[in-house]
Amino acid sequence: MLTYDEIIEKYEPALGLEVHVELGTKTKMFCGCPTEFGAEPNTQVCPVCLGMPGALPFVNERAIESTILIGLALNCSIAPMSRFARKNYFYPDMPKNFQISQYDEPICTDGYLDVEYETPEGMKTFRIEIERVHMEEDTGKSLHVGGATGRIHGAEYSLLDYNRAGIPLVEIVTKTVLGTERYAPQIAKAYVKELRDILRALGVSDVKMEQGSLRCDANISLSPRGSGKLGTRSETKNVNSLRSVERAITSEMHRHAQRLEAGERVVQETRHFQEDSGTTRSGRSKEQAEDYRYFPEPDLLPVAPSAEWIEELRAQLPERPSAHRARLQQLWQVPDKEMAAMINAGVVGIVEETVAQGADPTKARTWWLGEISRLANEREVEVAEMPITPKDVAEIIALVAAGELTDKLARQVVEGVIAGEGKPKEVIAARGIKVVSDEGELVAAIERAIAAQPETAQKVRDGNIPAAGALIGAVMKDTKGQADAARVRELLLGLLA
Amino acid sequence: MSELIYKSAAQLSESLAKKEVSAREVTQAHLDQITKVDKAVHAFLFVDTEGALAQADQVDAARAKGETLGPLAGVPLALKDILAQEGIPTTCGSKILEGWRPPYSATVVKKLRAAGVVILGKTNMDEFAMGSSTENSAFGTTQNPWDLTRIPGGSGGGSAAALAAFEAPLAIGSDTGGSIRQPAAVTGTVGVKPTYGGVSRYGVIAYSSSLDQVGPCARTVLDTALLHEVIAGHDDYDATSINAPTPPVVAAAKRADVKGMKIGVIKELSGDGYESGVSERFEESLEILRSQGATIEMVSCPNFDYGLAAYYLIAPSEASSNLARFDAMRYGLRVGDDGSRSAEEVMSMTRAAGFGREVKRRIVLGTYALSAGYYDAYYGSAQKVRTLITQDFAKAFSSVDVLVSPTTPTVAFLIGAKSNDPVAMYLSDVATIPVNLAGVAAMSLPAGLSEGLPVGFQIIAPAMKDDRLYQVGAALERELAAKWGGVLTTKAPKLNSSAGA
Repeated sequence: MLTYDEIIEKYEPALGLEVHVELGTKTKMFCGCPTEFGAEPNTQVCPVCLGMPGALPFVNERAIESTILIGLALNCSIAPMSRFARKNYFYPDMPKNFQISQYDEPICTDGYLDVEYETPEGMKTFRIEIERVHMEEDTGKSLHVGGATGRIHGAEYSLLDYNRAGIPLVEIVTKTVLGTERYAPQIAKAYVKELRDILRALGVSDVKMEQGSLRCDANISLSPRGSGKLGTRSETKNVNSLRSVERAITSEMHRHAQRLEAGERVVQETRHFQEDSGTTRSGRSKEQAEDYRYFPEPDLLPVAPSAEWIEELRAQLPERPSAHRARLQQLWQVPDKEMAAMINAGVVGIVEETVAQGADPTKARTWWLGEISRLANEREVEVAEMPITPKDVAEIIALVAAGELTDKLARQVVEGVIAGEGKPKEVIAARGIKVVSDEGELVAAIERAIAAQPETAQKVRDGNIPAAGALIGAVMKDTKGQADAARVRELLLGLLA
Repeated sequence: MSELIYKSAAQLSESLAKKEVSAREVTQAHLDQITKVDKAVHAFLFVDTEGALAQADQVDAARAKGETLGPLAGVPLALKDILAQEGIPTTCGSKILEGWRPPYSATVVKKLRAAGVVILGKTNMDEFAMGSSTENSAFGTTQNPWDLTRIPGGSGGGSAAALAAFEAPLAIGSDTGGSIRQPAAVTGTVGVKPTYGGVSRYGVIAYSSSLDQVGPCARTVLDTALLHEVIAGHDDYDATSINAPTPPVVAAAKRADVKGMKIGVIKELSGDGYESGVSERFEESLEILRSQGATIEMVSCPNFDYGLAAYYLIAPSEASSNLARFDAMRYGLRVGDDGSRSAEEVMSMTRAAGFGREVKRRIVLGTYALSAGYYDAYYGSAQKVRTLITQDFAKAFSSVDVLVSPTTPTVAFLIGAKSNDPVAMYLSDVATIPVNLAGVAAMSLPAGLSEGLPVGFQIIAPAMKDDRLYQVGAALERELAAKWGGVLTTKAPKLNSSAGA
């Protein structure tokens, strides 16, 4: 089996990413039903989204507005006239057995997104070209009951929930991305992350991968170097986190290389990413390309946004995340290396929110990049997905500044919050964490330490100040870390003066 | 009170307004006529006796309270079974929807209810509006009241027959390629296909979305206009509905004057293939219009020759997609769901059992026409023809106010005569189809009889000029009715309970 380095030496990876975003509109794409997540099954439905005979779609203007905003943020051209089309195929959770989508006349085309990535050779910018951004409606959800796998095959019966049917979706499709080389998995992840940040800044979606409001299909192919043509691609679905994007592509690169090395061909197919193993399994084969019989949706008029409206929306665009980051770096006086680390860890936004809650930028950065990143690594999740809020962190930083927590105690509080023990104040109360600031108690502890280590105490008296460390350590141990080390040092040196 | 059934909606409206008669009496008279003759005619698939009487009572109560009511309040109507009516069985003539009671009402139904129109029940039709004879209904053929061995036209044969059999003075139809006008022609009644987008399609079970249009049917031009005014207008629930005021159709019907109007005779819709009796009545009608001060000229619409072919690609294509929703998952028929079969198998078995032959034929045609590799040659070419036909109309309307032709090439044919020859059946709509392809407005009204059977006269007006149909139609009707001693249906055989079937 080839190592990753050997794969890169022999093959060139080509990426293609299709991201589906559920828009955060209050109502569905083609009817007035609410879009709230997690409602009782089949309570957010009407004749239109259930595909009742005679019901007709009507377009949600807000969804068009959101899509145009996305297109503009991704540097796309906005078509003066675009059309909805029907994508015909049968599936039980699709009420009309066709999906209203866009086909050869999408609303946004030909854009790009610049993705920054810190490589060992320094920060690099990769331009990901966007082929199209188009609107469509989501399908319902099937729940397959019985059978071992929760898949349709072997299930005893299936339950259908149409609450999701008709929720506005925007599909963002890249062109084939070449030139990412060994960083293909990381660039893919960075692209999705950057896209997510943009969509969040636009306020058009809550972009929660774990709830499915942002879904990524990752296409990858390998072509032998010098062959001059693209290899056969696989399309991996069910990639439900940023980390999975990177893992899925890495896994597929290994799988493709292994097949190619064995003289086998890569099958063009849909694959499903499996979170536990970090590998993909085969889904339905696309070898016999399904014929969706697209044709213009006769029930809807073409979408023709006026030039004035487009310009109005362009003026509303928030600062581009890259420009925003540059401004923050300046404002916070962050060294390049540190800024790159923040970007790669995906914590810029969180740090900013923490600062907005009153925290010092350096302290905020240190917490998110340090302790919280370390805990995130242990749990193999993204920092942003850790169950602690910027507000929590800002509060902890404030408590340290006020002398009510030591750094060490603060780490315990962070740990407690992440463990689900509650908000910082609740963790402090529940764990009985407090800084020992009673001078009498501290002095008594210091005297016990001096008594236990008379020689060390003498060294300090003789002017060997660094030797005080051992005594301070003993005091901290004695007070179970709840003392303020700086105050201990002060008192100790006073006593031994 | 049996005389009530022979009155026009306008006459009933007047009597109701003067409280000479109650809505309940009018409704009951029509329900009695249905009981009496519908075994022979089979115009209705469902008669909502209780609902109709309750609606009538509401109107009477409102009138007693002195509320202001619309002109058609208390007038009964037959509703084509293609429109969803909340709680009322709606089948679209298909087994696949048997037993379905919609949870909502079509916009047109809501407008009718708001206007106080009494809905008597649902009328028979070719399955999913595919046909020209009602022989494709899953629930049996409707008989033509003029001759019970003949077809009443289709797909809206039930609505037209209900009018001709005096079971209702008003009816709603839908017209995708002629389904209002061809039945009107062969039953001696009036039917209008409004401008595409003039009447909401919300709640109308789609056959071919870009061609379907709901329209009014009656025995007189004025009645048709009164109904047109009630059902037309913009609807937020139909994106293709036109956001503009409805043309003044009632005023035009009352004006009934063609002096100075230019009328174009479509060269391509005459001659070969048109029965001599049909051509003769058509010529006589032209003569009347000329005598009333209109100028008649011949115009050529060369691309109409491709209309039928284009229609039979576009309509089945859209139908193949529109009918995909009938899959046993959420409503209607379900076959084979015994716990051993997959959802896909149940879908497939249900569709195999639930759709009739003509529907399957068109689904297959449409699926093929939209397939990768064939799309451009079939669907794409058909759309080009559609554009050319639209241009033919635009060119013609630049020199004339309305266009005219016979509505159908023949009078009502015998039941069974064309059931095994789909193409011969399709030719029934050769003169009506171009209108749907271009989205313009058209009317069929009686021009007289040929061998004892009604002949239809078609008037075509530019989009959103529906008022011209009524202006010309009413002028022609006035003269013809004077000659016949009443509108043509007064000559229709008076059916009794022993007739036919």
